Amino acid sequence: MNLSNSKFFGYKRENGRVGVRNHVVILPVDDLSNAAAQAVEHNIKGTMALPHPYGRLQFGADLELHFRTLIGTGSNPNVAAVVVIGIEDGWAKKVADGIAATGKPVAFFGIEGHGDHETIRRASQQAREFLQAASELRREERPLKDLWVSTKCGESDTTSGIGANPTVGNAFDKLYPHGVTLVFGETTELTGGEQLVAARCRNDEVRRKFQFVFDRYQEVIQRHKTNDLTDSQPTKGNITGGLTTIEEKALGNIQKIGRKCVIDGVLDKAETPTAPGLWFMDSSSAAAEMVTLCAAAGYVVHFFPTGQGNVIGNPILPVIKLCANPRTVRTMPEHIDVDVSGITRKELNMDQAGDKLLDCMFRTANGRLTAAEALGHREFVLTRLYESA
Amino acid sequence: MIHFVVHEEGDGVGVVVVEGIQSGNVLTGWIMEDDKDISVTARSDIPIGHKVALKDYRPGDTVIKYGVDIGKVVAPIAKGEHLHVHNVKTKRW
Repeated sequence: MNLSNSKFFGYKRENGRVGVRNHVVILPVDDLSNAAAQAVEHNIKGTMALPHPYGRLQFGADLELHFRTLIGTGSNPNVAAVVVIGIEDGWAKKVADGIAATGKPVAFFGIEGHGDHETIRRASQQAREFLQAASELRREERPLKDLWVSTKCGESDTTSGIGANPTVGNAFDKLYPHGVTLVFGETTELTGGEQLVAARCRNDEVRRKFQFVFDRYQEVIQRHKTNDLTDSQPTKGNITGGLTTIEEKALGNIQKIGRKCVIDGVLDKAETPTAPGLWFMDSSSAAAEMVTLCAAAGYVVHFFPTGQGNVIGNPILPVIKLCANPRTVRTMPEHIDVDVSGITRKELNMDQAGDKLLDCMFRTANGRLTAAEALGHREFVLTRLYESA
Repeated sequence: MIHFVVHEEGDGVGVVVVEGIQSGNVLTGWIMEDDKDISVTARSDIPIGHKVALKDYRPGDTVIKYGVDIGKVVAPIAKGEHLHVHNVKTKRW
């Protein structure tokens, strides 16, 4: 596929970023505000609440990550406007101010001193105004470089390393020269292939940063493990699918970064990249956590290769699923956007598979709903670093 | 028909990519990187996605896939047998 002069139709936001969805989000700062946020979602049809279980008594780096994830989610260009609801005004205002830096419409409401009823009434009124304004926004033609694409695989099996992950790699190799902003992550899931990732870093500084976060995460595993992680990594699903060791899983995983593109930088969890290129994000390998962090970093389309059939979606980031396992494609077809099972039958070569994924990417960016969106998969999962105070 | 796939020449395992492979079946494999065919006779029933050993292994041997070390052998494996968590373990954790 010749991507020169490729375009897509997206929503240009106040800060210049371009989204492919137009959500009005009701964002709770903490667990206590979920009920009010969901009541507003119920009242104002077409808005979306993002309930989650955290946000109280967190501190230090864990609290910073909480704020970065919530602010990043609200700031994502797939979001047109945000209503923030917190149990008290202070942290609600902090999140709203962070989102307001993008220039998009945002308002906040604290529950204390008002109660749920009054908060829901006021927040619903604001949400209705935001929704009606957002409904008048129109897509416009934008260059390919305005698209930010993330990837993370899940419930992988051996067919992931053979077909689905190299398909993402092929697509990344084709997108990279056009100035697209790309990301991959899953720090511990590179174990056994970390030397290959390090060799792909642009320079020694990037390599040092990568090695630092990789080693740090290995220490977390060593400190807390009670066995060789055969109950967790590979997962039971991975093992059922034929993956035997973390090394084998990792070598399949890193097929997603293709053969040509270079790792230009390393991001902390939910950190927004500052330039085009391929970024590595230090992150959990749990699907919903990682995809939530990609959304918070500002990515607008996600490639999710699966083998055994992970059904994940995300509230604001369209998750395109591809699969090379013929049995999964047959038994779980409603979850698969791109079937690349022809690779193992030599019916589809890698170049064709990559093009098939890119075709789906453009259609998704232009507004086609993914399988996960149609099925209502809205997994919004915040990463925690340690216990609350 | 391709029954199993091998990433690179020199890999000691192939991945079964069709359902219903039984012990005694003669399997055709495709080495993707080199676009070559090879053959092995299955000595176990092997589910789709699982690995077939392409050589004999003894405990302590290293298994190579993608041209890279994917773990250590912990029980003897004969060429054509099912190679998985019952006879191979990680070297890392």
